[in-house]
Amino acid sequence: MLATVLVVAPLVAIFIYLVYKGASSLNLAFFTHNPVPVGELGGGMANAIVGSAILLGVGSLIGIPMGIAGGIFLAEFGRGTKLANAVRFTADVLNGVPSIVMGIAIYSLIVVPQGHFSAFSGGVALGIMMIPTVCRTTEEMLLMVPNAVREAALALGVPNWRSVLAITVKTASPGIITGCMLAFARVAGETAPLIFTAFGNMGWSEKLSEPIAALPLQIWVYAISPYDEWHRLAWAGALVLIVLIVLAVSLVRYVTSRGVLKGAS
Amino acid sequence: MGVGIEVTNLNAWYGTNHTLQEINLNIPANHATALIGPSGCGKSTFVRCINRMHETNPVARVTGSVLIGGLDIYADAKPVEIRRRVGMVFQRPNPFPTMSIYDNVAAGLKLNGYTNHHVLDEIVEKSLKNSALWEEVKDDLKKKSGASLSGGQQQRLCIARALAVDPEVLLMDEPASALDPVSTSKIEDLIFQLKSQYTIVIVTHNMQQAARVAENTGFFLNGRMVEFDSTHKIFTNPSDKRTEDYITGRFG
Repeated sequence: MLATVLVVAPLVAIFIYLVYKGASSLNLAFFTHNPVPVGELGGGMANAIVGSAILLGVGSLIGIPMGIAGGIFLAEFGRGTKLANAVRFTADVLNGVPSIVMGIAIYSLIVVPQGHFSAFSGGVALGIMMIPTVCRTTEEMLLMVPNAVREAALALGVPNWRSVLAITVKTASPGIITGCMLAFARVAGETAPLIFTAFGNMGWSEKLSEPIAALPLQIWVYAISPYDEWHRLAWAGALVLIVLIVLAVSLVRYVTSRGVLKGAS
Repeated sequence: MGVGIEVTNLNAWYGTNHTLQEINLNIPANHATALIGPSGCGKSTFVRCINRMHETNPVARVTGSVLIGGLDIYADAKPVEIRRRVGMVFQRPNPFPTMSIYDNVAAGLKLNGYTNHHVLDEIVEKSLKNSALWEEVKDDLKKKSGASLSGGQQQRLCIARALAVDPEVLLMDEPASALDPVSTSKIEDLIFQLKSQYTIVIVTHNMQQAARVAENTGFFLNGRMVEFDSTHKIFTNPSDKRTEDYITGRFG
């Protein structure tokens, strides 16, 4: 009971505080309008909400397939090999790289050669940050699949690669999806890797090749500004960011749990 | 129809551990053959050499020859082909936990590329009838997970899954040791019916079980086969002193 309170209390406290500070600034315009110059009333973060969705979409397209592929390699094909140990070590180091460093690295690798900030470079930065989490949880979840399940598939004359993809990965899929959601939720709130890549944008943009707004960036810009109106919008933005993350994670959980059979463990 | 198995000079290792030594054995077609012996005597390793599951362990090694219906499975065939012809049922029921009952039975065919639904439906029904499970699950085939069944039902599901790919030989590695007596007797009845269509090799710790279901019995000890004969002779008048000691309960 005490443990439950200890675990839930910080989340509830943050949420209540966000609602208290931010809910009053939330209105339809917040979701449909772009930011307006200082002094004008109204305005919203429509561009940042769409921008975050695009950045996370690009990030997920890069991070999730590569992470899962890496995890499958570590757990099923590379077990005990030197290459696997190197991959695992790299993933762990990558996980520990500060996010601002990731931003600078992508800045020098993509932004400088291209000559401009872009949504694409921001998505790449987020995607690379997702890889280690997805990779290591995929590996852990696959290792939890009982060997008896692998043997059952092999004993039916199923080739190993097919058994891995159709049986082992499928059996571990609830855990793998959780890992992807964790990685997604973590990078959804990242600001630092976007400063040098996606850069932010006060206007509307949905092009991958242009600087793009993102909720965390917008919150950051508003929060460090000297204007009360912007502070209120920053609180509202933070509330929206948390709610959207919860919604996205719940939606994926709901969609992926619909096909589960009675009694499946 | 079942086919005979001829094993010549079979040796197997796990790492440096020489778990099977110079096994020579002829297992007749369409009979049930029991393998008995104390834990660690190599009988499980032996059946895993008959469908080349032994080599899925990276440190495992095999020499000698195994002929199934005249085909040398180590010289002239790929492991996946052999495993389709030689079905296996494991000690602990191991249905695919995320699959429905139907998909569990159809798994071997689907994963090898069969897609014709009418044929699959027929094969699933036939396999479940052959494993005496059809009546109990026919209403929940696609609704329930294989893991939702009881232990005994799960084991019969695993037998159905093995039968669905139409093997010639069925290997059973202590198929009833994790089950209650009622489920055990159902599995034994099943072995009795199935041996008209398949060659069955059953590893068991239960000597009464060997006596009930098998025409022939082999006794393994310390990686060697001590004696192979008709079940009746093994249990009433064994030629080897060690066999007699084992079946009378003096060791093991």
